[in-house]
Amino acid sequence: MRRLLSFSTAAVAIAFASPALAQDQHMHGMTMPMPAPSPSATSKPKAKSRPKPKALAPATARRVATPSHHTARPKSSPSAAARQNPSADQQTIPKMTGMEHSQMKHHGAADEAAAKMPDMDHSAMGHMQRMGNHAEAPTEPTPPPPEAGTGPARAADSIWGAEAMRASREQLRSENGGQTFAKVLIDRLEYKAHEGKDGYAWEGQAWYGGDIDKLVVRSEGEGTFGGKAERAEVQALWGHAIGPWFDLQAGARHDFVGPTRTYAVVGVQGLAPYQFETSAQAFLSTKGELTARIEGELDQRITQRLILQPRAELNLAAQDIPELGIGAGLDRAEVGLRLRYEFAREFAPYVGIAQEWKVGGSADYAHARGDSASTTSLVIGLRAWF
Amino acid sequence: MPAWARGANVTDGLVREGFDEVSGSSINLTVGQGPRSVQGRSGHAIAVNGSVPGPLVRLKEGTTARLTVHNTLDTDTSIHWHGLLVPFQMDGVPGVSFPGIPAGGKFTAEFPVRQAGTYWWHSHAGLQEQAGHYGPIVIDPAGSDPVQADREYVLLLSEFSPLSPHTIFEKLKKGEGYFNYQQTSWTDNYPLTAKQRREWAKMRMMPTDILDVTGSTYTYLANGHGPEEGLEFAFRPKERIRLRIINGSAMTFFNVRIPGLPMTVVAADGQNVRPVETDEFQIGVAETYDVLIEPGPAQAYTIVAEAMDRSGMALATLAAQPGARAAVPALRDPPLLTMADMGMGTMGMSDGKSQDKSMNDGMAMGGMEHGSMAHSSGEAAKPTARMDMGHMSMRDTSKLPATVKVSPGLGMVAMHPVDRMGDPGIGLADLAHRVLDYKQLAAFEPNKDLRVPSRLLEIHLTGSMDRYMWSFDGRKFSAVSDDPIRFANNERVRVKLVNDTMMAHPIHLHGHFFELVNGEQAARQPRKHTVVVQPGGIAEFDLTANEPGDWAFHCHLLYHMHAGMFQIVSVAAPREDAA
Repeated sequence: MRRLLSFSTAAVAIAFASPALAQDQHMHGMTMPMPAPSPSATSKPKAKSRPKPKALAPATARRVATPSHHTARPKSSPSAAARQNPSADQQTIPKMTGMEHSQMKHHGAADEAAAKMPDMDHSAMGHMQRMGNHAEAPTEPTPPPPEAGTGPARAADSIWGAEAMRASREQLRSENGGQTFAKVLIDRLEYKAHEGKDGYAWEGQAWYGGDIDKLVVRSEGEGTFGGKAERAEVQALWGHAIGPWFDLQAGARHDFVGPTRTYAVVGVQGLAPYQFETSAQAFLSTKGELTARIEGELDQRITQRLILQPRAELNLAAQDIPELGIGAGLDRAEVGLRLRYEFAREFAPYVGIAQEWKVGGSADYAHARGDSASTTSLVIGLRAWF
Repeated sequence: MPAWARGANVTDGLVREGFDEVSGSSINLTVGQGPRSVQGRSGHAIAVNGSVPGPLVRLKEGTTARLTVHNTLDTDTSIHWHGLLVPFQMDGVPGVSFPGIPAGGKFTAEFPVRQAGTYWWHSHAGLQEQAGHYGPIVIDPAGSDPVQADREYVLLLSEFSPLSPHTIFEKLKKGEGYFNYQQTSWTDNYPLTAKQRREWAKMRMMPTDILDVTGSTYTYLANGHGPEEGLEFAFRPKERIRLRIINGSAMTFFNVRIPGLPMTVVAADGQNVRPVETDEFQIGVAETYDVLIEPGPAQAYTIVAEAMDRSGMALATLAAQPGARAAVPALRDPPLLTMADMGMGTMGMSDGKSQDKSMNDGMAMGGMEHGSMAHSSGEAAKPTARMDMGHMSMRDTSKLPATVKVSPGLGMVAMHPVDRMGDPGIGLADLAHRVLDYKQLAAFEPNKDLRVPSRLLEIHLTGSMDRYMWSFDGRKFSAVSDDPIRFANNERVRVKLVNDTMMAHPIHLHGHFFELVNGEQAARQPRKHTVVVQPGGIAEFDLTANEPGDWAFHCHLLYHMHAGMFQIVSVAAPREDAA
């Protein structure tokens, strides 16, 4: 893998014969690869060829390194002499040993390619072997030294003033993870063709909020054209993320059709293993009736835009609710198969078939009303969001 | 100097494609906006000096740069000098290094130029970068350049979308997989068994989750030109050409190759590396590579920059005669994520090349149960590598250190993350030709600070694809904005990045170069400002924290950063008097 073009090697070698040291200006302030007193990095001074910013307030001048041509700052540390960076003399040292070596190496190294770690490196490493040994690096996380400091990052305050920084700081915070969003999803808005008068149905939800907490409004219902709506409900919920895939939702539901009811709601909504979009909710009405609803749907991509969606819904009741025509146990089941085409992700008309059964006591109530307990519908509708 | 391809300046008022060059002791950059059209698709651009990309800023090492940014927008703006060693207050990050440049205002960044090489600049305010607020920087060395070439060109890769960046972010937040039109389906051609498909579904993850934003909305750009707009670089046969390749995109990793021409990589992130010849390399967002090429007798060569998910490409042509064209290769098949990308270790990988091979067999999550899968390596000996999909947890939070917050924003924990320095990048492991990886990089000029790191800092890259939440250590920046990562002055630290997600993240530290721990000796560890951490893998770098002040540290995928994958690194000031 390391084959080299001879031309590039030559070019590199020739060019490096010149003072290419300057290739990295950083080196002028560089730390000489000499043995460091110890790996402990506490307060190693660092001189860099960097002028003081004009705006620097005197009180904060220490934040910025002194230009390297200045006399070295007074240092009281007894180990100052042993420090690896004799900053004051940096520029008077003609070339640092390591650099000379590397220059020499490149100078004559037409065969650099042959050796990954050429001789000169080894000799250079010779006086730095104590430092070059990676085996000594810690392998378990260790805490920062006290010299790292504590508290918020406020370096810019000393340059520009805390007041000037405040707004941008707040904006940065909110713009990097603190945003809120709103989404309206019409999951189903459909025409249902079946025996007798055709009907309609809808199901959708809207939310507003951040990643963890959201205000959620859900609504669903159905009815028959020319007749009264059979069901129409709205839920207002607080949604709270309880994991990567699920939200806990709690709030209230109100039914607007028939004998009106208001319920307390608690449930979960999210993505279950195998990519099932699921929702499970329990409802406790103001009259003490306990019911529940479980929904699941699965998008099966036939192509990138043609999607077959099986869907199932179960409604359960803990008790008979004659007023609502609900029998205890499994009350109502729906299954559907919808084939949609995503002209855009946000706009996908569909056709499908849906089957609904009223079960057990609920079926008896339906029969008593003269309704059928089983309805098969052809559906055509729209899934959309924005 | 070459004439910079500028092209299509056909309609007054439109933002121009391509860029001019600005240089000298005082440089003015004016941030404006206007309509823009790329290959017939229209959008709104933020342009600097009237073009996208903005002008090439050409500086000279050893001089003092003086760059005045004029803001004619009606919102704040900024310019960050990506990869440049500057005093922190000149670094151009609103809220970290300075207050930003208000509408109608201006800001002068003045700093000594302490380096040479290929870099770039871009806005660090809002999402302006995606809209066109970026451009190249070339710094000529004070002495002669060790890299000699007859010509040189800048190739800046980026994207255009008719959608506003805020719209793109909203779609990502609301519609999972919104831009991915290469998902698995009943009619796809992916080499996946039904069982593998079920296993992916069970995990609630997509093997096609390669890039979040794709060619379904992006037109990929070479120096601002769409692939059909014919960006041309002139050459004469046998000339040696230096290409300074910059990935200035917001969200796209590119696979770069020139069919018929080998490339010799001579610099990475502006820093010279020992020349290494290759046929293709993947360039992460915000990285730069300089390559030398020597075109042969052909009249034209195509420079292909294929999006990592292969949903599109940016193109340029090396042309011996104006209008000469070489064949444009078709997009290759989209890649799939592998077991290694799921943090399952390398599974029989003896070198970077063989990795995906074993993966593709072994993607084979089912295959894993049969034990057929590459348990041949040393990894297999470790109990943690004994994998049985049935009992495999993709989110075993007990494996996390206490520093990582378990939250809804943490969708996955890499089960057995391994160092992936030798990985050429998603989709490139199984090619017949040579592909670059980080292990092939060695610093040309030896590093200066060879101290053994005195501490290890472990940072986990975390995210939830479904919620489009991204963070470090499970905490979005909005939750830790007053709790920076702190370093003592001149502290030598090894930073270990553990990627607990299935996406590759280009992690960028402002104001410093760090040295990749890639198996080279300390003196030769390559210096970089941005490191790609492969999915489910580990990348380590050694850092000398010797640039005092506060610095941004973030994933350079723009919308990951915007979603929270951002932190402040605070380097203590030098102590005036040691005790």
